[in-house]
Amino acid sequence: MTTTLDGSTGAGGTAPAARTYDVGASDEVAERGRLVVTVGHGADAVTVGVFRFRDRLYAYENTCAHQGGPACQGRIVSRVRERLDDERRSLGLVFDDSVMHVVCPWHGFEYDVTTGRHPGRPDYALRPVTVAEEGGRIRVTV
Amino acid sequence: MTIDDGVRRLPTQQITTHTDSREILANAARDTERYGLDDYFIVDVDSHHVELDSWPEILEYLESPVLKDTAHQMMRNWPQASHLALHNHPPGLTMQDVSGRIPHQASLAEETPGAASGAERDVTLVRRAMDAMSIDVQVVFPQPMLETGLHPQPQVASALLQAYNRWFTSQILPREPRVKTMLGLPFEDPDACLATVEEFADHPGVIGFLVTSQRHAGVHRNAYMPLYRVLEERGLPIGFHAGPNQADSMTSTMNRFLSAHAMSFVTCNMTHMTNWVINGIPERFPGLKTIWIESGLAWVPFMMQRLDHEYFMRQSDAPLLTRPPSHYIREMYYTSQPMEWTDAALLESTLRAIDAPNQLMYSSDWPHWDFDVPGRIASLPFLDDHAKRNILGETARKVFGL
Repeated sequence: MTTTLDGSTGAGGTAPAARTYDVGASDEVAERGRLVVTVGHGADAVTVGVFRFRDRLYAYENTCAHQGGPACQGRIVSRVRERLDDERRSLGLVFDDSVMHVVCPWHGFEYDVTTGRHPGRPDYALRPVTVAEEGGRIRVTV
Repeated sequence: MTIDDGVRRLPTQQITTHTDSREILANAARDTERYGLDDYFIVDVDSHHVELDSWPEILEYLESPVLKDTAHQMMRNWPQASHLALHNHPPGLTMQDVSGRIPHQASLAEETPGAASGAERDVTLVRRAMDAMSIDVQVVFPQPMLETGLHPQPQVASALLQAYNRWFTSQILPREPRVKTMLGLPFEDPDACLATVEEFADHPGVIGFLVTSQRHAGVHRNAYMPLYRVLEERGLPIGFHAGPNQADSMTSTMNRFLSAHAMSFVTCNMTHMTNWVINGIPERFPGLKTIWIESGLAWVPFMMQRLDHEYFMRQSDAPLLTRPPSHYIREMYYTSQPMEWTDAALLESTLRAIDAPNQLMYSSDWPHWDFDVPGRIASLPFLDDHAKRNILGETARKVFGL
């Protein structure tokens, strides 16, 4: 299973030839869970967050689009929405468990883990990383 | 099957209040490398430590035996008052961390091995942040005490500021020469302000004085003129450090912390700047360096245009002025955080309006939820290297004589 945006092949678009890494077993990333790993060495090292939501994996580089914070190491929380009644009166805030966010701990930028995009400014996005799951193993390609 | 060589799992999968500052800020090292920040002299003109962590130590510096007894009794008898006694900590401030989404705002609860006191722990935390962000000199302020201007008992606020100032100058500054401060003034009491300047102005590391500016005192009142004169004579800047207030007549209509924070962190300094300029304080004390802290920057062009527009029609309301208000405003100093960055063209215009290459000084505001790393300045495409060096540290070097 592979996750990409805009046909991107993931982190380090201009980096040396892509390489695939086995980063762990499937059961190490639970539903609504994560695994954050650094792959590669030296200047080519990339830190990647792998997330699972509704039994699909998504992976992003651990760099916030805002100030470069460790976005993949932040709180995982459902998107907050505000409910309105038929008269457009507010009924207060609720969690929308159909949308899983990861929040950059530096400044609170939230990203939908299925798209890597900020809910209010989709062009603020995490850089996607190709992730695959096969035979009980998780592999990322950077 | 096992994970491949070259794969390392981060020991901290989720950053919490217990994560080490150096790990929280690890990504800032990328900016250091990308922009060569180690080659810059970087002064952070606005950062914070958490004085309430050391509150029992600070209260020991209270001068009044009666007030000290009150503090002791509060700490002993009130279940949650051990780190709040006598303080006017506004409850709304606990909304700052966005419900745990920004943990470092709530607490830096990391380990500091060997730190035997709150002061030692504070210095350790400051050093970690400075090193992580390649900062050479950091101006450190308290946090909740910036609300002291709203304390219901001004005499208690003055006593707390005196105790804090004595604790900070005797316990923090001697431990780390890279730490500097502008000490808070007990602004409700002009005589006490003068006494504060006299007591601390010559202390190493004290590089100016601060109006904790969320307050309702008119900065143009005659009683403050001796204070401004002595600061001007000593060449010490006066800073206005903004603060939020969710309980005044305007913000009390607001139901979200975002709303109150966005507005009141600016309107308090807008109020003081208006009184400052329209009453001609820059004409009375032309050598007094004035710094506006933590209100961001976008408000300044608004003030320039608004006050100029009205001044041209109502010159008799501001007879001390010999130039338009914007001219004075352009000669004041500003700290950069939280720098409004969402529209590059507007930001570029703002920096031009305030003469940023000569008047703007970088500030992080670490560890607050809206802090800025130095890379924020270094990455601006419309500034040349000379301007970046000035903003990141050289202007502060001149303003504070570092």
